[in-house]
Amino acid sequence: MSEPSQASLRAEALESLLIEKGLLTEEDIDNTVATYNERIGPMNGARMVAKAWVDDAFRQKMLADGTAAVAEFGFEGGEVQKLVVVENTSQVHNMVVCTLCSCYPWAVLGLPPRWYKDPAYRSRSVREPRAVLAEFGVDLAPEIDIRVWDSSAEVRYMVLPLRPEGLDNATEEELTQIVTRDSMIGVARL
Amino acid sequence: MSAEADELAPPMANGEVVFDEPWQGRTFGMARAMAEAGFFTWDEFRAHLIAAIARWENANLAAGAAVYQYYVHFQVALEELLAQKGLIGCASLHDRTETLRARPVGHDHAHDHEH
Repeated sequence: MSEPSQASLRAEALESLLIEKGLLTEEDIDNTVATYNERIGPMNGARMVAKAWVDDAFRQKMLADGTAAVAEFGFEGGEVQKLVVVENTSQVHNMVVCTLCSCYPWAVLGLPPRWYKDPAYRSRSVREPRAVLAEFGVDLAPEIDIRVWDSSAEVRYMVLPLRPEGLDNATEEELTQIVTRDSMIGVARL
Repeated sequence: MSAEADELAPPMANGEVVFDEPWQGRTFGMARAMAEAGFFTWDEFRAHLIAAIARWENANLAAGAAVYQYYVHFQVALEELLAQKGLIGCASLHDRTETLRARPVGHDHAHDHEH
């Protein structure tokens, strides 16, 4: 039997035991899954980014204390007890990784994509970030400094992407729509 | 990298595919719900997850043949933590898994999964 099927049986067995012992209910698990499937995701981070683009006081607050900025929005999902927001500029490009496992700021980005958890991304982002970015289609000029932020048990990171040019008249709501998950991990530019 | 694969998968309400297979969501949901209920802290869980991933990588990455399955490690970490806390023993989990495996094909149960 293949590994995923074995894991699927183990998960089912564990769930049935937890429910039998009264430690969890099926509804507890259903609700948790639904929350992360539907209500928590990168649309939250996109709202913060758009607000930072149109409101410089908020931008400064977000860069000084990402956790406080999240609190203003009241996003659920956790994993942002110490959120550090790093700002892309014309000279600096930031990208985020978790080399040990998959630490990720759930409240603003949801659960991480498949490739973020992959051993290749986790090891190569630190070793050869420019090559990894090129594979994502981000070709940076040699003079742009790349900073790689390795998440830890204490700290989560999120990138504040550069606001694209030519959107001077866009509303905050319109700007929210153009912010992608990958741009907030730092593997895409807008 | 499999960014292309991500884009090809069916989108969820928030534009993201979170779980590739239903059991992954159940495993994640159990771990989160138990942490929220105070059975353990998320840092405790994370320590087990990091250890499970490192063990697998040390054993398999150099060989190159095995496929990395993130939520398999998530499941292993949860099992180990629950055993360590004395909540669900390894033996009872093993027995229940074998009972489920022995079910006839086409049995009736609550969660859809592959077989």
